[in-house]
Amino acid sequence: MKILVCISHVPDTTSKINFTEGDTKFDTNGVQFVINPNDEFGLTRAMWFKEKQSASVDVVNVGGAETEPTLRKALAIGADKAIRVNAEATDGFFVAKQLAAVVKDGGYDLVIAGRESIDYNGGMVPGMVAELTGANFVNTCIGLEVDGTSATAVREIDGGKETSNTSLPLVIAGQKGLVEESDLRIPNMRGIMMARKKPLTVIDAVDAAKETTAVKFEKPAPKGAVKLVDADNIDELINLLHNEAKVI
Amino acid sequence: MKPDLFQAPDYYNLDELLTEEHKLVRDAAREWVKRDVSPIIEEYAQRAEFPEQIIDGLAGIGAFGPYIPEEYGGAGLDQISYGLIMQEIERGDSGVRSTASVQSSLVMYPIWKYGNEEQRKKYLPKLASGEWMGCFGLTEPDHGSNPGGMTTNFKDMGDHYLLNGAKMWISNAPFAQVAVVWAKNEEGRIHGLIVERGMEGFSTPETHNKWSLRASATGELIFDNVKVPKENLLPNKSGLGAPLGCLDSARYGIAWGAIGAAMDCYDTALRYSKERIQFGKPIGGFQLQQKKLAEMITEITKAQLLTWRLGVLRNEGKATSAQISMAKRNNVAMALDITREARQMLGGMGITGEYSIMRHMMNLESVVTYEGTHDIHLLITGLDITGLNAFK
Ligand SMILES: Cc1cc2nc3c(=O)[nH]c(=O)nc-3n(C[C@H](O)[C@H](O)[C@H](O)COP(=O)(O)OP(=O)(O)OC[C@H]3O[C@@H](n4cnc5c(N)ncnc54)[C@H](O)[C@@H]3O)c2cc1C
Repeated sequence: MKILVCISHVPDTTSKINFTEGDTKFDTNGVQFVINPNDEFGLTRAMWFKEKQSASVDVVNVGGAETEPTLRKALAIGADKAIRVNAEATDGFFVAKQLAAVVKDGGYDLVIAGRESIDYNGGMVPGMVAELTGANFVNTCIGLEVDGTSATAVREIDGGKETSNTSLPLVIAGQKGLVEESDLRIPNMRGIMMARKKPLTVIDAVDAAKETTAVKFEKPAPKGAVKLVDADNIDELINLLHNEAKVI
Repeated sequence: MKPDLFQAPDYYNLDELLTEEHKLVRDAAREWVKRDVSPIIEEYAQRAEFPEQIIDGLAGIGAFGPYIPEEYGGAGLDQISYGLIMQEIERGDSGVRSTASVQSSLVMYPIWKYGNEEQRKKYLPKLASGEWMGCFGLTEPDHGSNPGGMTTNFKDMGDHYLLNGAKMWISNAPFAQVAVVWAKNEEGRIHGLIVERGMEGFSTPETHNKWSLRASATGELIFDNVKVPKENLLPNKSGLGAPLGCLDSARYGIAWGAIGAAMDCYDTALRYSKERIQFGKPIGGFQLQQKKLAEMITEITKAQLLTWRLGVLRNEGKATSAQISMAKRNNVAMALDITREARQMLGGMGITGEYSIMRHMMNLESVVTYEGTHDIHLLITGLDITGLNAFK
């Protein structure tokens, strides 16, 4: 089984968020980047397929040279080969087109992406890749088994889970549940040393229009001061909600 | 203990001076410390017990002989990677870093540099994987700052050496399988010998009731007519310069390690100062607390630059012992000062095991003493710049 894991390079969740160029661009100054958490669950599941079912695991990212440390980390964790499509990843459809070209070119049976990347939270790419490559698609995937060309996928649905049978070629948009946080791997020294020798191929983007552009980013308004009302003083609370906050 | 929310300060964007691999190595060590050391270390330190279960993890992140060539089981990394690993481990605990320093710089380093090929092949891979742990015996009850005065000695008995004497304050001694021991021959010249646990007449009683490095095991090495096979003598270097060469490597690692302890205390104090409200505002809003924090980050940044430059010099094989002394002395004192200021910033909470600060503070009392005391390193700088020896 040939697996391709799509890896987004995203700011660490503790990063300070600021914008530049008239609030149209994210300010990367001093920001630490990590493997998108949803992708990391997928990568870890892919490692399981590699170790238990002898799958091959490649990783791919659409991005500039600054994303290579993230791919190198994926190699150190155990991926066999990394591909970077040399283009700025600003538009979901553009990215999906690039990934679809890589999938077709490499003849992958299973594409594991994340439910969404935690930077722009678009959540559109995996479904588009499935459509563009004619593969089956399971969204918000929290469990995956593969036997030959048939697959069983568990999906999170409102208030429960849904288990479905499907077949390869398959694209999943995964999240926590594929594996648990405690299963995530820290690259060890052997892995880091081996990653030095593994290929990281840079390819040019295929022609595709960017369908969207960001006009402006805004941060949420800062929280206002809190007024504490004594638990016995319900009248005062109602008065404030009615006359000051004007919500009731 | 509180969850480990550590965020590393990098005020001068020093990450830009590091390679992609340096950062990969460092971040792996950082993640590992967060996952496997922080949650358990306070309890082990309180119980004065070395957490043996982390040995595999230490080997996994390359803490044992990171710069030893791959053919001997090391990782073949450069000196900056070694420093960064020590920094991250000491961010967790100086005792754990001590265990790794001793294994790398005081046991693997002399076997690699002063040993022969058979010794390298026999010991280094097992030490790199943590299957064997090692210790380093230089200090004696009556010879600390003046190791050249040592009385531990060996006699040539024809087919073996007969070793007698005692070493004190030896990190890892209680559980080490292998000891690199420094002793004088009949002519009074210092040589290194590899002594293995189980050799008759060799014992390693543990030193109890330490208030410092409580999660690291310390003990004595006692040699009572120990027969050491001749092939266990390190053949390629002798004299006091041999153990001092090991100390250069270890002191270099300590200069980085101390930054880790300082960063942890700064980070804790900074976070606490924004959350703790007194007189109606966060204590971080008061000038006196800001002075402490501002001075901490200034000193950390200076220390980071010092060690980075020292690492470059070491990579080029140009760092002098005196330059290493300066960094060890400066950075450990810097870290100790920061622990004390940070501890005060946490008020009463600062004395509890809920936070790591007081553990770091107590640990650093050993770090400022071992591998050359604070005063001794000053005398080394003094000698280096004046050419006048103030030791004796
Ligand atoms: C927890 C711990 C772990 C250790 N691990 C190891 C280990 O693994 N292996 C090992 O070999 N050793 C180890 N040591 C020993 C350590 O290196 C010594 O404690 C250190 O070198 C100081 O020696 P001392 O304790 O005998 O102090 P002393 O040498 O007696 O010094 C006492 C004081 O006198 C000062 N002093 C000494 N000489 C002079 C001078 N000429 N001029 C001015 N001031 C002077 C010193 O600075 C110090 O303040 C360890 C120590 C500790 C505490």
